[in-house]
Amino acid sequence: MSALGNILKKEARELMTPTTFIPIILIAIMFGTLGNAFGNIEEEMQEKPVIGIINSDEGNLSFITTSIIQNYSDVVFKSNNISEKEKGLEELKDKEGVALLIIPSDFSERILNNIPSEIEINWIMKGAGILDSISSSVVENLVYIINRNLSIELISTNATVNATIALNPTYRNDTTYFKGRELKGVSPGDITNILSSQSTLIPIVMMMVIIMAGSTVISSMALEKENKTLETLLTLPVNRISIVAGKIIASAIIGLILAVIYMIGYSNFLGSFEISGQINIIDLGLYLSPSDFLLLGLSVFVTLIAALSFCMLLGTMAKNYKSAQTLTFPVTLLALIPMFITMFKDFDTLPIALKALLFGIPFSHPMMAPRALLFDDYLLVISGIIYVAIFAIIMIILAVWVFKTDRLLTGSVRRKKKGRSLFKLK
Amino acid sequence: MAVVDVNNLVKKYGPIEAVNGISFSINRGEIFGLIGPNGAGKTTTLRVLSTLLKITSGSIKIMEFDLQKEPDEVRKIISYLPEDAGAYKNLSGRKYLEFIANFFQQKNPQQMVSRGIEIANLGERIDDKVDTYSKGMMRKLLVGRAIMTEPKLAILDEPTSGLDVNNAQEIRRLVKSTARAGTTVLLSSHNMLEVEFMCDRIALISNGKIVEEGTPSNLMQKYNAKNIEEVFTQVVK
Repeated sequence: MSALGNILKKEARELMTPTTFIPIILIAIMFGTLGNAFGNIEEEMQEKPVIGIINSDEGNLSFITTSIIQNYSDVVFKSNNISEKEKGLEELKDKEGVALLIIPSDFSERILNNIPSEIEINWIMKGAGILDSISSSVVENLVYIINRNLSIELISTNATVNATIALNPTYRNDTTYFKGRELKGVSPGDITNILSSQSTLIPIVMMMVIIMAGSTVISSMALEKENKTLETLLTLPVNRISIVAGKIIASAIIGLILAVIYMIGYSNFLGSFEISGQINIIDLGLYLSPSDFLLLGLSVFVTLIAALSFCMLLGTMAKNYKSAQTLTFPVTLLALIPMFITMFKDFDTLPIALKALLFGIPFSHPMMAPRALLFDDYLLVISGIIYVAIFAIIMIILAVWVFKTDRLLTGSVRRKKKGRSLFKLK
Repeated sequence: MAVVDVNNLVKKYGPIEAVNGISFSINRGEIFGLIGPNGAGKTTTLRVLSTLLKITSGSIKIMEFDLQKEPDEVRKIISYLPEDAGAYKNLSGRKYLEFIANFFQQKNPQQMVSRGIEIANLGERIDDKVDTYSKGMMRKLLVGRAIMTEPKLAILDEPTSGLDVNNAQEIRRLVKSTARAGTTVLLSSHNMLEVEFMCDRIALISNGKIVEEGTPSNLMQKYNAKNIEEVFTQVVK
């Protein structure tokens, strides 16, 4: 073999290890799984939205409007009696509907009298994730088509209306029903925009903090081993719990400082969250009370402790700084998965399996908490805090247990077949 | 009074028996050497005695404390210097000694630190980062760390390993003066001439078993040998 071939073979053998490929394979699987779980966006865009109509008008323009609605959507509720609005909303909720459109009795008459007419849209919003608003954007597009067709009708029939009315014969009056609240004057798109800062910022900040603080703990353990300081530390008159707690708390402080730096960096962005355009979130009741902030802080705190305890446990397996880099991968993965899911989908709109996955990953909870608190879903937040606290306690107990065993200093003992054994010392 | 009393100590790593039923005791102020080739079980014995590894069977008493039942008490009276120990690289020598001293003297660690600085004898370099130290300087700092706490038992694994003649001699002198001051010393070495020079008593260990024990002079007389190296060769033959 040539010298080059010899070196190539050696390098390839060194690089082609499970630690090189497993992370990439797992990330590929993760994205594939998430893609399938979220469903095919294109299909969802082309799917007819499930809607209901109450048409109280008997004029020609309302007839055109309802015809378009029937052509472009799956109408599951039809009525001409405005008093049946509640019934229509209930029926739509049962049938996974998106919106109930109400055409008032003077719809055609107003347009023909040069007054824009209202289309009342009662939205049934299921989730505030980026992908949750796809069906509502299909309905918004439908309203655009209605407007355009009414314009064509007015122009082609030489109706005696002015140009402004001919071009914009209707306007929308939105009311959104979301998580038990009636939000007047806003569409699901508006709410998604309002909450988008949380949908993206908080999961990203949490993900960064968990990864950075977590890798600090893992590296700290790895460096203790690599620099040969661990043995000395373990023979000093300090109990194991103090060593574990000291490392976790120090990293938690660093993690929180990092979080504050991130939050300051995004402060302007957060400022824009307070008032989004013409919509005041205070009027909508979409703000966190002091007790909500307390719960959010508690959720962040227990999650940070849980993450660091988990990392401490991983760190005990690190042989050196290089292996510590590999060990940060599970933490990164467990921070990335909930980040992506919470950014794109609401917990309530997820399939059961993804709900279980998201709840099971302890790092998800502070990412989900702000939105849940805004809509008074205290059960999710408090159960999350309890779950993460239990997870953290178990991780701390395991880490202390490892510190009390030989495992921290010695390698694993693997039995080979036929009674032979392989003893590995780190 | 025996400071260390090891009785039928067995330490297994899974199916591997690293230490196989050894017993010995060390008196106050004595320098006791465990000598033997690589893999004989010296370091494992020292790690067990310094509470790092669990005992598989047997018992160890250090002063009045049972090592298995009261490891926290044992850690207060021992000091362990591993063979390839390091220090925190981002700290200066002085800060490292302060860090260690704080575990022993939380109220007034400065006296202990001053003693450590004196033993390490690094001059102005004590305020430099550990990262910049040579191997000899690092070892002197670590010996200073191990002895400054005035432990009842100092456990030193290959204390002069990898050092040049001058540094090795300085550390040997330090160990001897520490023992004279009342600290009991248990050390391991595969340098048999060093052990012969330093130790009051020695135990020869091979394949996890103590194969001979006594004062260097008695052993040399018993085996009609010129030095401990010859004794060892005859014993393990």
